[in-house]
Amino acid sequence: MSQPAAHKQAIKSEKRKEAEPVPSKFRMLIRRKSTLAFLLCIPLLALIFGLIVYPFFYSIVLSMLNKKETRFEGFANFLFLFNRDTFWMVVRQSFLFTLTAVFFKALIGFIMAHLIDVLPSKRQRLWRGLALIPWVMPPALSTLGWWWLFEPSYSAINWILQGLFGVSVPWLSDTFWARFSVILVNIWFGSPFFMIMYLAALKSVSADLYEAASIDGASAWQKLIYITIPMLRNIIAITMLFSTIVTFANFDIVRVLTQGGPRHTTHLFGTYSFTLGIQGGDIPLGAAVSLFMFPILALLAFFILRNVRQRVREI
Amino acid sequence: MMLRKIPPLGNMKKNRRWALIAAYFFLALFVIFFLFPPFYMIVTSFKTNEEMSSLKGIPFIINQEPTLSHYKNLLTETLFPTYFKNTVMVTLCTVALSMTISILAAYSLARMRFWGSSLLATGVFLTYLVPETLLFIPLFKVVGALGLLNSKWALVLVFPTLAVPFCTWIMIGYFASIPKELDEAAVMDGANWYQMLFRVFIPVAMPGIIAATIFAFTVSWAGFLYPLAFIYSNEELVLTVGTVTTLIRGDVMHWGGLMAGAILAAAPPVIIYAFLMDYYISGLTAGAVKN
Repeated sequence: MSQPAAHKQAIKSEKRKEAEPVPSKFRMLIRRKSTLAFLLCIPLLALIFGLIVYPFFYSIVLSMLNKKETRFEGFANFLFLFNRDTFWMVVRQSFLFTLTAVFFKALIGFIMAHLIDVLPSKRQRLWRGLALIPWVMPPALSTLGWWWLFEPSYSAINWILQGLFGVSVPWLSDTFWARFSVILVNIWFGSPFFMIMYLAALKSVSADLYEAASIDGASAWQKLIYITIPMLRNIIAITMLFSTIVTFANFDIVRVLTQGGPRHTTHLFGTYSFTLGIQGGDIPLGAAVSLFMFPILALLAFFILRNVRQRVREI
Repeated sequence: MMLRKIPPLGNMKKNRRWALIAAYFFLALFVIFFLFPPFYMIVTSFKTNEEMSSLKGIPFIINQEPTLSHYKNLLTETLFPTYFKNTVMVTLCTVALSMTISILAAYSLARMRFWGSSLLATGVFLTYLVPETLLFIPLFKVVGALGLLNSKWALVLVFPTLAVPFCTWIMIGYFASIPKELDEAAVMDGANWYQMLFRVFIPVAMPGIIAATIFAFTVSWAGFLYPLAFIYSNEELVLTVGTVTTLIRGDVMHWGGLMAGAILAAAPPVIIYAFLMDYYISGLTAGAVKN
């Protein structure tokens, strides 16, 4: 990557020496354009500051008001949440949901990418295309399909289980199975994304490495451990961090599938905040719940940024 | 004798064949898992209510006469066409607005410099990581203060916050990869900044623009939390929320109509994906790989 770039650079600087007036005119033009450059970014800046940065700080202010938003109450909302068992259950469930779902999404995505990589290249397109469909459907709507699948008496999953084992599972009304279900749907929705990322990364690993390893008599397992995983380490890290943010902040799946129930046991920060803030009309309390996500999101964002920067340097 | 035994070629070929068969087998299992829900949704949408309530036959095939009544009912008796129209309008506006903002900013950030421009590029990436669940409550207040609560136009205001950061980020990558010689040539020909943008950058970076447009489209079409929080009257609802909240009726057998609605609402993104898969995937991977 860097060699042709350096080569190009060399050619360019040579050209510069030959034709001095053009680049200096060009550079002058650019300098004059720094005002223009700023003007072109104004819509973006307005969007970021008006609809992302300002709302974020506004949400901190909101979280410190009382329910009617008439009085400043400091950390009362946060203290209130700290004393609620339901809140701690939401915290635990959010972590359980995120860690389990991300782990299995990464695992299934990794296995699928390898399976597709084995196929002859003209077949890969079709299989990759089919496997990505869950990611393409709007999650609120595909979750409706899962909701119907989990229906206990008229639907397909329990019909199969009934036929094979003679049992019916109360998918969405039992705490354990409801938690299992929301995680399963999230895995279903998210693993294709991992597959695509890994597959793209696998293509970028040079075939020479594998060939050299084969000549040295390395087994497929050794190639995986000593070539594939080290070469893919960075992309695995970035994809997992990305997915952790998205999964942690999930809303659609839980909202449609269980609405947080039974008895709040499947709530995540997002859905719990919606239930309290929008449905329950306690905007400040809802804001406080969603703000609890912030430290974790900030930590993840920090690691992603570091990884992405590292990657830029490598390229 | 110290040399490691190299397996004979025929054996290796045989191993390869087996590996291929195993790969197809396991892939088929995964694909069944991935495609079963949409498949079952389609099947359900064509079943009569009598068949579903009779509990006879295999549930995931149509045992009796298939019916179009759920679709007919959906398009004539419900507000589904209104939802569809609303979603199309919101999505078109969101895409146009997001792409305009992103292309202008990416053009500036990829090629020109101003005080704080590299900081802004990093900031764009960070805002891409901000999830909607963090901001929907303050945005509810902001939308309310602007008098846009319960209006679909509120979505045109807030959806770009989800699309623009990613679109700008990948467009910076695509624009930055255009060789500088091209702009120099354009400057020599006396092109000004917008000629350069429209005649050089946009045509050359077309694959990136298509990928970013698909992303903005998908975000807007699939948006669920914001419309759920900001809109409550039926006439203003969009497809996702309208399907989830209004097609579920109190009586027992609403599944056929519900699945028909979900299938029709999910179809446009899937169709676009089917035609533009390569752009879609390049956009998906560009977010983390490029730049």
